[in-house]
Amino acid sequence: MSYEAVIGIETHVELQTASKMFCGCPTDFGAEPNTNVCPVCLGLPGALPVPNERAIEWTVALGIALGCEISQHSVFHRKNYFYADLPKNYQISQFDLPLCVGGHLEVDPGSGVRRVGITRVHLEEDTGKSTHLGGGGRIHDAEGALIDFNRSGIPLLEVVTEPDIRSPEEARAYAQELRAIVLALGISDARLEEGSLRFDANVSLRPEGADELGIKVEVKNMNSLRSLQRALAFEIERQTALLDKGEAIDQETRHWDEEAGRTEPGRSKEESSDYRYFPEPDLVPIQTNPEAVERIRGALPELPALRRARHIALGVEPAAAATMASAGLAAMFDDAVSAGADPRAAANWVTGEITAHLNRTGDDPSDLVMDGRGLAELVGMIGGGELSSTAAKEVLIGVLAGEGSPREVAAAKDLMQISDESAIVSEVDAVIETHPDEVARMKDGDERLAGFLVGQVMKATGGRADPRLVDRLIRERVGL
Amino acid sequence: MDPADLTIAEAGARLRSGDLTAVDLLASVRRRASMTEAILHAYLTIDAEGATASAVEADAALQRGDDRGPLHGIPVALKDNMVTRGVETTCSSRILSGYVPPYDATVVERLRAGGAVIVGKTNLDEFAMGSSTENSAYGTTRNPWNPDRVPGGSSGGSAAVVAVGSALGALGSDTGGSIRQPASLCGVVGMKPTYGLVSRYGLIAFASSLDQIGPITRTVDDAVTLFEAIAGHDPSDATSYRGDFPDPRADLGKGVEGLRVGIVSELSGDGIQPGVAAAFQATLDRLAGAGADIREVSLPSTEYALSAYYLIAPAECSANLARFDGVRYGPRIDGATVEAMMSATRRDGFGPEVTRRILLGTYALSAGYYDAFYGQAQKVRTMVSEDFKDAYAEVDVLVTPTSPTTAFAVGERADDPLAMYLSDICTIPSNLSGDPAISVPVGLDDAGLPVGFQVLAPALGEGVMFQVAAAVERLSGFESRPALATSLGAA
Repeated sequence: MSYEAVIGIETHVELQTASKMFCGCPTDFGAEPNTNVCPVCLGLPGALPVPNERAIEWTVALGIALGCEISQHSVFHRKNYFYADLPKNYQISQFDLPLCVGGHLEVDPGSGVRRVGITRVHLEEDTGKSTHLGGGGRIHDAEGALIDFNRSGIPLLEVVTEPDIRSPEEARAYAQELRAIVLALGISDARLEEGSLRFDANVSLRPEGADELGIKVEVKNMNSLRSLQRALAFEIERQTALLDKGEAIDQETRHWDEEAGRTEPGRSKEESSDYRYFPEPDLVPIQTNPEAVERIRGALPELPALRRARHIALGVEPAAAATMASAGLAAMFDDAVSAGADPRAAANWVTGEITAHLNRTGDDPSDLVMDGRGLAELVGMIGGGELSSTAAKEVLIGVLAGEGSPREVAAAKDLMQISDESAIVSEVDAVIETHPDEVARMKDGDERLAGFLVGQVMKATGGRADPRLVDRLIRERVGL
Repeated sequence: MDPADLTIAEAGARLRSGDLTAVDLLASVRRRASMTEAILHAYLTIDAEGATASAVEADAALQRGDDRGPLHGIPVALKDNMVTRGVETTCSSRILSGYVPPYDATVVERLRAGGAVIVGKTNLDEFAMGSSTENSAYGTTRNPWNPDRVPGGSSGGSAAVVAVGSALGALGSDTGGSIRQPASLCGVVGMKPTYGLVSRYGLIAFASSLDQIGPITRTVDDAVTLFEAIAGHDPSDATSYRGDFPDPRADLGKGVEGLRVGIVSELSGDGIQPGVAAAFQATLDRLAGAGADIREVSLPSTEYALSAYYLIAPAECSANLARFDGVRYGPRIDGATVEAMMSATRRDGFGPEVTRRILLGTYALSAGYYDAFYGQAQKVRTMVSEDFKDAYAEVDVLVTPTSPTTAFAVGERADDPLAMYLSDICTIPSNLSGDPAISVPVGLDDAGLPVGFQVLAPALGEGVMFQVAAAVERLSGFESRPALATSLGAA
């Protein structure tokens, strides 16, 4: 039988506020274990939470970006469950009165635009992180556990979609677009591999054309966009096989095993789902007045969808426009264009060599020593015939290594093109003299030999002559 | 006079005139403690070293003219549910035995900043759950007026130490009457401020929406002094009140002429012990004689207040006490799994009353029961507040007996939780509404046990509450001290 997949995604975004959600501890990743802690985020007796205003504003900002309604009256609840890395044994989260409700996100998996409904965006606190010792790192056969509370209390934003997603490709496109928005807003570093962006998916199948939903399986532990797509594809295949055999789907949580390329059942003992939510009495309700919402709306940066449209209007290829989703790359591009660079050429450099460099080094665009003006200079030199594209790549390497501006690097490395006619005319004459046969055949109409002769001049000048100039000079000399 | 028998105001005057030092005052108080503790068992911890250092420093500061205010050099005690840096804080529970907090509660910081000398930590019902200080993992505190009787609770230790002079003042916490009821049973003044006026940061929570720290002292004037030292906005407590509040001392001496004083029909009839009723009526007569306009008002929702309280408080406590799991602090009972370790630790660490309330609260919040229990209780809470609002449209303050009875015998209600819960019938409504209330001793019953008179006022009405309380104190002329204290004072 043919089945339709019904997918909903829950995304957790760790906000990169300077301090934690309910205390003043720093949020930096990679600090020594249990150094970014205080009585509040350790759940010591007597400690009380104080909400981080910035985290609330950022949640509202994401809500606006997703077209949500911003609640004027929103409440933090306690979500009660016992877990060793949850210091209070309840998580301060939101329940029936989240900050943002009912938005949507338009995504394009390459097959046309799809609209994914957003159920809610709410704010909560992260837990600590357990490391299980022995027994292969799994909790049930571990010999012991170490807990690092540095992550405890980091602001965590949760975005829940409607079950509107129909394929692994759409899921990936949704995740990618949401990540781009988060990056554009500058509210998280959104690194999947560090866990600052985490996707959980609910997936069920139903016969094509049916309205009723099937039994859903929650899939966790996807550490990249690619693994999200792969995990869903696997899960759809697995469920299809079960249904085809007439077997039932278990409602369960499954974990994606990246190496094995399959989902595996989670702990067989399902945790109780009665979280006994009740309003957090240590906090007062969040009152968001419409003026504050408008102020946040007015301060929103350009969002990825609009930016892409604007870049395409400038002449950038759609694929390049999509790659320039990250705020840093787009800013470099925009700076280069406003410094006079040709948009298409600038986009090619940003999405080509510069992105490759970032991938190689793992740096952020903000780490680059070259800015948009530098890029404009580079692109201008190529366009003006001062630099060949091959030489330009070498220049870029030098610039990114901090050796100076493109012009300085090109000069220092002797990579400037020779565009001065008088400087190469003697080499052209020498080539014509030493290749009488070729010149003769060219005169008889074999134009391909022009290329050969240009190549000889380029060789003689060490590749530095402007090939267009050489071509013109040869044609003049030969008399075509 | 033995300095341990001075009020805070008197001691302050003598410290400044130079005929008393903070070190000598502390020595008197400590001597008093050493002679009474074998009977009372009111202190869990006496911080000899820390208190001595504070007293020495207080004397030195006064010498150089650095006067930190009315608590400078005054020995005070803290209920052992307020965290103190470097000094064991147990909440009278086994689950926190040996726990030494790394920080001071905001009230403790404020007392220290005001030059107070913190004598030690006082006994309470475990996690402040109880009305007799019998539910302590570290032994029962006795009533200074009659050691066969309970001191009330849960701040029984704080009330007892003030009654005998082993501290000049103390802090308690009041979730359902836990300052006022023991103050009443021990013949001292105890006050619960408007919710939010005193920071809860560092108070080990019982029921967050009801808990409030307040003073226990020998006089109303001293209560104002201690209240002023600890009240005011604290950025570390998100429920802390941000605005200004009226000067609580402004009308202290004004008397009650023309004030409308309401007696509550629902809290003045059945179940009030004759001795309590007599002392209450005598006080009303004196107030009327002084020009107060005594009226009767109704708080119809009061009959549901106790039930609502015993859903809301356990519900909040079931979450507040979840953090005591053996993972990060406190004793740990090992188990094969984390869950087994947590269960064993909690089973061993919590006493029966605390366990009862955690179970009750967990049940009240469970799926399918939330609306019927917790949701319904919140509605009653709103109704109680509405009743108070209506009443305060007609009167300036309300008055009731603080407790329906005087001190009961140790063990008398230990096996009857309902009878114990009824001890708080007059005090619970103001915790639900968040309004201030104070208990002032007005006399003794036939058994020689003190009777407390409660004055309630609307939110931020501390001024008029203290005004009436001071008048009650003057008119009653209650100056009795427990024999335990006077015999020692004379010695």
